[in-house]
Amino acid sequence: MNFWATPVGWSLMTVGGVMAVTVGVLVSLAFLLLADRKIWAGVQMRKGPNVVGPFGLMQSFADFLKFVLKEPIIPAGADKIVFIIAPLITYILAFGSWAVIPFAPGWVVSNINVGILYLLGVSSLGVYGVIMGGWASNSKYPFLGALRSAAQMVSYEVSIGLIILTVILLAGSMNLSTIVEHQAGGFWNWNMLGGGGWKNWPLIVVMFPMMVIFFISALAETNRPPFDLSEAESELVAGFQVEYSSTPYLLFMIGEYANIVLMCAMLSVLFMGGWTSPIPLPFLHLPFWLSEVVSFFWMAVKMGFWFFMFAMVKAIVPRYRYDQLMRLGWKVFLPTSLVCVVAVSAWRVFVVGS
Amino acid sequence: MDLQAIAFYVLSAVTIGSALMVVTARNPVHSVLFLITTFFTCAGLFVMLGAEFLAMLLVVVYVGAVAVLFLFVVMMLDVDFGSLRSGFARYLPIGGVAAAVLLGEMILVASAVGDRGAAVTTHYGASPYSNTEQIGRVLYTDYIYFFEAAGMVLLVAMIGAIVLTLRHKPGIKRQVIADQTARSASNGMRIITDVKIGQGIDA
Repeated sequence: MNFWATPVGWSLMTVGGVMAVTVGVLVSLAFLLLADRKIWAGVQMRKGPNVVGPFGLMQSFADFLKFVLKEPIIPAGADKIVFIIAPLITYILAFGSWAVIPFAPGWVVSNINVGILYLLGVSSLGVYGVIMGGWASNSKYPFLGALRSAAQMVSYEVSIGLIILTVILLAGSMNLSTIVEHQAGGFWNWNMLGGGGWKNWPLIVVMFPMMVIFFISALAETNRPPFDLSEAESELVAGFQVEYSSTPYLLFMIGEYANIVLMCAMLSVLFMGGWTSPIPLPFLHLPFWLSEVVSFFWMAVKMGFWFFMFAMVKAIVPRYRYDQLMRLGWKVFLPTSLVCVVAVSAWRVFVVGS
Repeated sequence: MDLQAIAFYVLSAVTIGSALMVVTARNPVHSVLFLITTFFTCAGLFVMLGAEFLAMLLVVVYVGAVAVLFLFVVMMLDVDFGSLRSGFARYLPIGGVAAAVLLGEMILVASAVGDRGAAVTTHYGASPYSNTEQIGRVLYTDYIYFFEAAGMVLLVAMIGAIVLTLRHKPGIKRQVIADQTARSASNGMRIITDVKIGQGIDA
């Protein structure tokens, strides 16, 4: 019997995959965080972190050491257990959702059939870290921040769900690998252009706005500027994380950034063809391992592009007011995406045919 | 013992344990958090049954949306824990009877279902459709009227809640985005000449 098919082999294999993804994401997060700050600084004509290591490359590691070596302070009136669990939940969920992200053909920890729903479920759970953290701090600023943030995340989840529906309708599957393969063959097959070659290009009227709305909803879902109302430092000090220090705070921050990069991965997979190359390269005749690496390269480039967009939005756009945020989510995005779901399903039935 | 069995026993132990904690926890917020754990582990049990679509739906709908609202309400309430416990002895007989009836019913249902053999896990490995598609096929063909009726009931409930609570206070300044973006120099500003000294201008 094949060793990898036995329970022991299966467990080893899975743990190995999980470790590879976790460590890979963590290390890339360290540099993406630096990139975020560098881009932000560049827009404001500053230099950004440039002291630790060459070009400041080691800055994130220095920050990490600083966070870890400090003393975690738990407020006297806090609910101690919930206070400690909250950042753990944020962190674990943020990394748990990476399980279904395909980085290259077959490079996925768990290739489940309801991958998109899993992502939706896990990201809707992310709200608990915020609420629990805000409540357990036993203080008014964190509580207000948590309430704001929870309302915001729940609201934008709805439009994200509907947008994902349009992609599911196009691909006819909820498996992320299948969705990527559906867009293979060149950039004209990408879902943002209608997904399915030239004959589906009229759908660009629907799918391109869907991608933009997904991006904006992703900003709101991850509490990034311009929707960082939960930690609006001019109003709420730092929202739900006011009372957090040292490692618990670090967990919150890593979780937040892991979610941001996850959203970048989702945007790439759902709308920009994931690991597939924008131009078909069959004439290269690459060996198998190299073609896998090239696939991973395209995925990384697309995720990097979206992360750059996240960073630029943070640098450029002013913060929304709370009522404007709610209006945008419920009165603009929700009806728009609902109409788009109807339009895409009508296209599927009447034009493409079943 | 294979991995499935280990996973099943861990999940069901956590489910029962946290369900117990829901009723025994002193702090209502902790109760809700345990309830969420219960929902989540139930979703895990659904996955083990091969009903991954139902599991994800349970997480998205109940844990991600309904339980968040629970948590909101419970956190905002200023509950006096002392007064909550005071009627315990008085309500114990009624509560006990209700619990006993429920328990009896559940045992009857479970044993009846067990007799018919429906509790045996059926794997649709041979079927070409995933269970998402199977649910969709049944829901939108055989049960379409019930499905639509359920949707209407929810819609009516939602409209009812909005009608009951919606109040238009007069005199509130509201932001009209369309008006703001339609503003231009011609209708957004005026040039005032001949301001008399010491008189000001009327807005």
